[in-house]
Amino acid sequence: MVKVKVLFFANYRELLDCNELEVEINKGSSVGQLCQFLSQKGDVWHQLFANPGSTIKIALNQEMAELSSIINENDEVAFFPPVTGG
Amino acid sequence: MGHSPENIIITSEPLDIGELTRQVHLNQGESGAAVTFTGAVRVSAEENGLTAMSLEHYPGMTEAQLAKIVGEANQRWQLNKVMVVHRVGHLSPGEPIVFVGTCGLHRKEAFEAAEFVMDFLKQKATFWKKEHYGSREVWVEAKKTDAEAAERW
Repeated sequence: MVKVKVLFFANYRELLDCNELEVEINKGSSVGQLCQFLSQKGDVWHQLFANPGSTIKIALNQEMAELSSIINENDEVAFFPPVTGG
Repeated sequence: MGHSPENIIITSEPLDIGELTRQVHLNQGESGAAVTFTGAVRVSAEENGLTAMSLEHYPGMTEAQLAKIVGEANQRWQLNKVMVVHRVGHLSPGEPIVFVGTCGLHRKEAFEAAEFVMDFLKQKATFWKKEHYGSREVWVEAKKTDAEAAERW
């Protein structure tokens, strides 16, 4: 098992009522597998993570990533909607 | 050439556009052209009942994304300065959200670089806007036209 820090921003943070979480997942897991793990935490979690579409943006260690990206010990994974700054 | 970290600022304090413009013009070296852009919360939005806007970001990643965009601009154009300042927190209609300043030898590169930085900031920098209509709150949705603006570079 590896420890991972998970962050949520904007409407995802509000929907889940959670901005940060520490989870333990199997070594060698992908972001997609982390999504499946998170989807089991409750109704809203299931709604967001059971079938993560292309609108859900992912960052791994503060770099844009994909569902197929592999997570390592102490990595930081963030989930957020498309950005709207400027 | 290049940029120093103090040229990328994310702040919850109101932006002083006069002071920021002065800083862009300061020590600009051989530049013959300086371009500044300010984006603000539209005052016309008040007619639709907009009372405020709030902005959040991903500390650390936002600065890194902005540094990448500025680095890319410095590679594409010969610039003496690129400055990016972005507001976060609670804003009122009319208040500046973002300021970009560029200095180059000629106006074309300064104009182009400023537009490039704004197009990519809107597409890549991890900021999120929420509109407040009294007690009603609405997260702003990403626009397709913003994605297209970044694609043309």
